[in-house]
Amino acid sequence: MATVNVVKPTVTANSVAKRVNSIGLERIDYKGAESTLCAGCGHDSIASQIITACYELGVRPERLVKFSGIGCSSKSPAYFMSRSFGINTLHGRMAPVATGALTANHKLYGIGVSGDGDTGSIGLGNFKHMLRRNVRMVYIIENNGVYGLTKGQFSATADVGQELRHAGRNELPPIDLCMEAITAECGFVARGFAGDPKQVVSLLKAALSCNGTAVLDIISPCVTFNNHDDSTKSYSWGRSKDERINDFTYVAPQEEITSEFEPGEMKDVELHDGSRIVLKRLEDSHDPTDRNAAMALLQDARQNQLFITGLIYLQPGRPNLAQQENLGDTPLVQIPNEKLRPSVESLQKIMAAMA
Amino acid sequence: MTVAELGATSPAGVKPLAGTEPENKPEPVVNDFCISVATKNGSGSQTANTTLLRALFKMGIPVSGKNVFPSNIQGMPTWYTIRVNKDGFVGRRPDAEIIIAINPATALTDLQKAGQGALFMYADDIKLPLNRTDLYYYPIPVKKFATENEKDPKLRTYMANMVYVGALAQLLGIDLEDIEAALMYHFRGKRKPVDSNMKVVRLAAEWTATNLPKRDPYVVQKMNKTDGMIMIDGNTAAALGAIYGGVTFAAWYPITPATGVADALNEYLPRLRIDPETKMPTYSIIQAEDELAALGMVIGAGWAGVRSMTSTSGPGISLMAEFAGYGYFAEIPAVIWDVQRMGPSTGMPTRVSQGDVIAAHWLGHGDSKHPVLLPGSVNECFEFGWKAFDLAERLQTPVFVLSDLDIGMNQWMTKPFEYPDRPIDRGKVLTAEDVKRLGVGGFKRYKDMDGDGIAWRTLPGNEYPLASYFTRGTGHDEQAHLSERPEDWEGNMERLTRKYETARTLLPKPIEESVAGATVGILSYGSADMPIAEARHQLAEKGLQTSYLRVRALPLAEEVRAFVQAHQRVYVVELNTDAQMCQLVRLHVPEVAAHVIPCNHSDGLPLTANWISTAILEKENK
Repeated sequence: MATVNVVKPTVTANSVAKRVNSIGLERIDYKGAESTLCAGCGHDSIASQIITACYELGVRPERLVKFSGIGCSSKSPAYFMSRSFGINTLHGRMAPVATGALTANHKLYGIGVSGDGDTGSIGLGNFKHMLRRNVRMVYIIENNGVYGLTKGQFSATADVGQELRHAGRNELPPIDLCMEAITAECGFVARGFAGDPKQVVSLLKAALSCNGTAVLDIISPCVTFNNHDDSTKSYSWGRSKDERINDFTYVAPQEEITSEFEPGEMKDVELHDGSRIVLKRLEDSHDPTDRNAAMALLQDARQNQLFITGLIYLQPGRPNLAQQENLGDTPLVQIPNEKLRPSVESLQKIMAAMA
Repeated sequence: MTVAELGATSPAGVKPLAGTEPENKPEPVVNDFCISVATKNGSGSQTANTTLLRALFKMGIPVSGKNVFPSNIQGMPTWYTIRVNKDGFVGRRPDAEIIIAINPATALTDLQKAGQGALFMYADDIKLPLNRTDLYYYPIPVKKFATENEKDPKLRTYMANMVYVGALAQLLGIDLEDIEAALMYHFRGKRKPVDSNMKVVRLAAEWTATNLPKRDPYVVQKMNKTDGMIMIDGNTAAALGAIYGGVTFAAWYPITPATGVADALNEYLPRLRIDPETKMPTYSIIQAEDELAALGMVIGAGWAGVRSMTSTSGPGISLMAEFAGYGYFAEIPAVIWDVQRMGPSTGMPTRVSQGDVIAAHWLGHGDSKHPVLLPGSVNECFEFGWKAFDLAERLQTPVFVLSDLDIGMNQWMTKPFEYPDRPIDRGKVLTAEDVKRLGVGGFKRYKDMDGDGIAWRTLPGNEYPLASYFTRGTGHDEQAHLSERPEDWEGNMERLTRKYETARTLLPKPIEESVAGATVGILSYGSADMPIAEARHQLAEKGLQTSYLRVRALPLAEEVRAFVQAHQRVYVVELNTDAQMCQLVRLHVPEVAAHVIPCNHSDGLPLTANWISTAILEKENK
């Protein structure tokens, strides 16, 4: 595909010097269509943080692809980065579509937005198999414990004892999608809270730098069906109970570490693109490179309905799908037609061998 | 001389009596018979059977091989049938003149079912009451040979199969050089296994020459009717077709009888699609977690702009329904091979059927209708293998190719495949330069610019800022913006209907063989083609001239209408219970629907010429 000089289609009224990022784009170049979600929906906050993260990282919108399944969460890719291609797939089926698209063009960034119904129920199998394959993309689960578009049924991530107006009381144990991700060997597993934008932005930046699938399970309150004070997926619950399991700074490639942490307090993990995650070592802070500790932490949180956020598991070494498939620098989609069809002689040779 | 006189014993204690074989010296039957080999699944008899098949092929005699096998890995009965026919009719025949009974579990039934005058070769350790007097018995010491000639007990069963190859070669007159050439093909030129197998073959042939004088009439003679031809199965042909069509991404889930397609992709792509400069593969094959995910990946890759395909069978098609419909409405190219079998669930997954015609054509919810290609031979599996990609990308829609177990898994002789006669057609794709030239508001993903219902698309990775769009199944306007406006959607559906009519004109046309003055027509498709050729010959011999139209795609071409109009009765011959194509033809030509008569049958086995000609004559005589 030919590369051309990028002409910004957005025209702004005043001509004063605009604030631009490292590739010369304004924040407005990362905007999407107007949201049709309920006012105050956690998903809109996350869309806004995706814009911030991509703007600040200087991700070219044309080099990012947006994926989603079906549900409130899955509508949101339309609400950020209109200059990026996007595909709203089928309920629970974001994973296979993203797998195919990002194999066809493994140089693109992928951001997928799914929900807890999408990922935790109908698409759980596809989710886990995508993680096994380690497709390079950010997989966001906007987790609110409830089905919104169908008006208030429990999802598989709802805690035991939760109550909803129409659905009653939930007695089924929740599926912890972070735990599922770790058991599927996902190399980046984090939990965030839509009510804590700063942390979400940091997690998103780190996730975008990952070499494989990065799972961000973001508790994103449903203001219409599941935001009452007793709900473990509500804003008030999050604000009062949010326990940060660790503190880290995302350091972009080439950027110098200007962390507020003292050198002895830091643990430094380099990501695929040369960026780094600098973790603060505190006595009670969780070390995400310790798999057993990560599982124990999640087990404890699940059992005691703790609202924990932070970087849960980080093990960035595993090759991604494109690497496993031995794909070269040229994405499959850019292989010219003349290399797609083998020669006449090759066919004649095969035919001769079958005579 | 009889079996008894030869001293052969039947361990059942029933010694065949002198004179229990036909006494008159029969006229030789040359190059016109069927061989049925009854063995156990997983016993390695495939090597022996395909060796016989290819040896006959190398002798220049028209031949086909069919494996009638159970859904089982090891132990259950399997029959392999080889049809030898000098006139080139190699469709299935239900009976066989030569029976090879190696499986004790079925030997008695094989004996009872053998037709009059059959050559009955059996392993001499099987206890059988040889009380039929109309067969030619040939007991062969299979076990003894295998034990004496193979030290490794694990390989003895395999070697045992070579004993009947040698014995039969001797009796029929198959040149041992042709057997050796066939083994060389099978073992890809590896001398060691060829030699060890040939040793058994030669010993068995020598033993047969000394101990079992020929009394039966069946012989082979060299011909030149396979000169320049190849022998191949339809699944390999499909994969090769896809490769010469530029397949770049394949996702699949294991399923009988379609697995061979992915196997062949895995065999040939590493040889043919490594970039000469970078030495890296220019393709990717992914074994998915299920068929639903397989088509999801294919849709994702097709959306992102590469030629992508999946191969499956009926149960997989069921799981793919939602994605197939999605691909239709989001207008994403994909190629879906359906190697049809009986469905659903288990029981008869290794038996053939043409039962997915309607399901595949209309797969999805909400008015989806897909182009379907219907290959009638291994040659067309190759041809449609590459054409399917041109069609899918030109039409921006999923294209189905309906093969079946008979074409897909069985060996067929054919002319060598012809290299594609036209360049690859990638359809309507706008580059960054194109979008730039069109300017603001110029590119509209779902706008019909050319009147053929096909809009222009851009691909993810197109770096021009106005190139992107957001893909959804339904609810979009021409610019791919979310819209639930009735007029937007109605307009979109009208355009999709126009596109469907465009598809009708681009798909492979039917093949017509009209006979002047014939009032009866046969309309069919797919694997029914081979027996129909023979059935028409049989009907002509009985005084019934028939015209023949073989449709090769859905939606049906306009030529179908003319054919139905031109004949008083058109029998739609197909291998399913609901007469699915017959129903589609009637819908296509409602004004002459009364001409269209079902002639369908479904028992898990390929259609036979005898069944077809008998069924048509019965209907004609009513």
